[in-house]
Amino acid sequence: MIENHMTIMLVVLPMLAAPLIALLPSKNLSWGLAILTATLQLYLAVNVLLDVQGGTAIHYELGGWAPPWGISYRLDSLNGLMALLVCLINFVCLLYAKASIEAEIPGRKLGLFYATWQLVVTGLLGIVLTGDIFNLFVFLEISSLSTYALIGMGRQRQALMAAFQYLLSGTLGASFFLIGVGLCYAATGTLNMQDLASQIGQSDQPMTLYSGFAFLFTGLLLKAAIYPLHAWLPNVYQFSPQAVSALLSATSTKVALYVVVRCLLDVFGVEFSLSRLFADLLLLAGSLAILFGSLRAIQQTDLKRLLAYSSIAQLGYSVVGLGLLTVTGLSGALVHLFNHGITKAALFMGAGMLALGPGTTLLTRLAGGTHRPWLLLLFLTGGLSLIGFPGTVGFISKWMLALAAIEQGHWWLLVVILLGSLLAILYVWKFIETLYFVPQNPPETSTGPVPGRGMWLACGLLCLAIVYFGLDTRFTLGVAMDAARQLLGVHP
Amino acid sequence: MSLLSIDHLYYWVIVILLMLGMYSMIAKPNLLKKLAGLSIFQSAIFLFYISLGKQTGGTAPIIAPGYDTYANPLPHVLMLTAIVVGVATVALGYALIIRIRDAYDSMEEDQIREQDDQA
Repeated sequence: MIENHMTIMLVVLPMLAAPLIALLPSKNLSWGLAILTATLQLYLAVNVLLDVQGGTAIHYELGGWAPPWGISYRLDSLNGLMALLVCLINFVCLLYAKASIEAEIPGRKLGLFYATWQLVVTGLLGIVLTGDIFNLFVFLEISSLSTYALIGMGRQRQALMAAFQYLLSGTLGASFFLIGVGLCYAATGTLNMQDLASQIGQSDQPMTLYSGFAFLFTGLLLKAAIYPLHAWLPNVYQFSPQAVSALLSATSTKVALYVVVRCLLDVFGVEFSLSRLFADLLLLAGSLAILFGSLRAIQQTDLKRLLAYSSIAQLGYSVVGLGLLTVTGLSGALVHLFNHGITKAALFMGAGMLALGPGTTLLTRLAGGTHRPWLLLLFLTGGLSLIGFPGTVGFISKWMLALAAIEQGHWWLLVVILLGSLLAILYVWKFIETLYFVPQNPPETSTGPVPGRGMWLACGLLCLAIVYFGLDTRFTLGVAMDAARQLLGVHP
Repeated sequence: MSLLSIDHLYYWVIVILLMLGMYSMIAKPNLLKKLAGLSIFQSAIFLFYISLGKQTGGTAPIIAPGYDTYANPLPHVLMLTAIVVGVATVALGYALIIRIRDAYDSMEEDQIREQDDQA
């Protein structure tokens, strides 16, 4: 009985937990319920992903109403992988959040903080699992609205402006998405993604569909912060509370990019949407993102801002993989979403631990952090993964993308990918050098709060994951290849 | 020219409202006016959806003798959801503006930027 409802439980659990968490009297109880929910979700996510391995899909009809009238959830390799990423990051970030957030947010607000956090997770998982495109919009707004609230809790006052700017551009993006959905509905009369996919081929109103397509993707690319629509991202990542930066960097843009992949390849289909022109545009935008993001990252003087620009660059790799339109390229892009997610979360957690004492992530203020030698290991693992060093997850995805570029004979793309890695060496070296090899002017007597055990555990888990999934790629890459084959309609 | 015909009049109204809203979001330095622009932008989308479901001479979709054209209720229902989302967005926006005004003593984007640059 309960097995049949595992898919929906992923979304319902945090939604039910949110109000309970807000009502619980103590911050420890709130956190306890949050981590309990996260553990259950992680268990469910692993289970459903194992169920869909090898190309099957789980269908779930909400309330027993058959699509296209009711809302249906559909889980296959693609969103199984994304659901696992969200659940994994949610679990690890909550482990980390306890000590980290208590240093940043007054105690009476903690219950509300964890409740809002659960709503973000509800929204993200809803986006990932739903098979109804309007339902997707609603979940997009649930996760975005709660995200704005979380960002606004940052310690510095710039966090408020960052949240407000994100609210404006995020809502603009979601509204564009909504216009696109409306135009598609006008042309086809359905909102169910699979039904939409079959109707689009037969529609006699191609102009309406083309404009719907344009609105839909402008909105989505804005939410996913794809260059040149990335302007909201650096401030948001820099000024959010530490644990929130880690959660957002690993999930929100990745989930938006998942929707891009789903809509492009599943809903609109390769023939309709990816005329060579649009695919070339994606290649161009991705390459520019890689170069621009990396160059800007090198210039930054704040650790979290540097990591934010590096995120823009790394998202570019996934866009490039999508634009290549081959199984190798697409599976590289998908596995990169997962791999970069865990890498960036680990690095933002490291930044947060350094910031505990001085309360800032300005590189000059953090210089000479030698009193925390274990953190060097974290920054090295994460940094090497950003560069794409063999033995880390970053290598796997970049290797796949490079292979795909060679397969297609896009030599200039290979140059861009390698150049991106070279630039990554520069910015990774920049922060490792400042943090560990520049002597600090007034030697700091570390008086600030000490990182809690949960924080170390979370960082350790992510570092292990970075190395483990970098050596044993059967699981992640296997699922990504399954998903890529399904999306492109290639049979093994 | 069919684009300018009276049938498309409401589309033109919607497009003009969309542009007005977006202009005010981008060009006005005052945060309240930006949020008002966002509200106008969203309302234009509501109108767009509502116009999608409209049938000339259509009634509410209740089966009754003597009526055979009905308006499509689905886009209208969707907009109920979107209106709720819109209200939440604007409310959150105002809450943020209140806190921004407390922190910076200003609601003008350029003045806030100046204060941030000095810091």
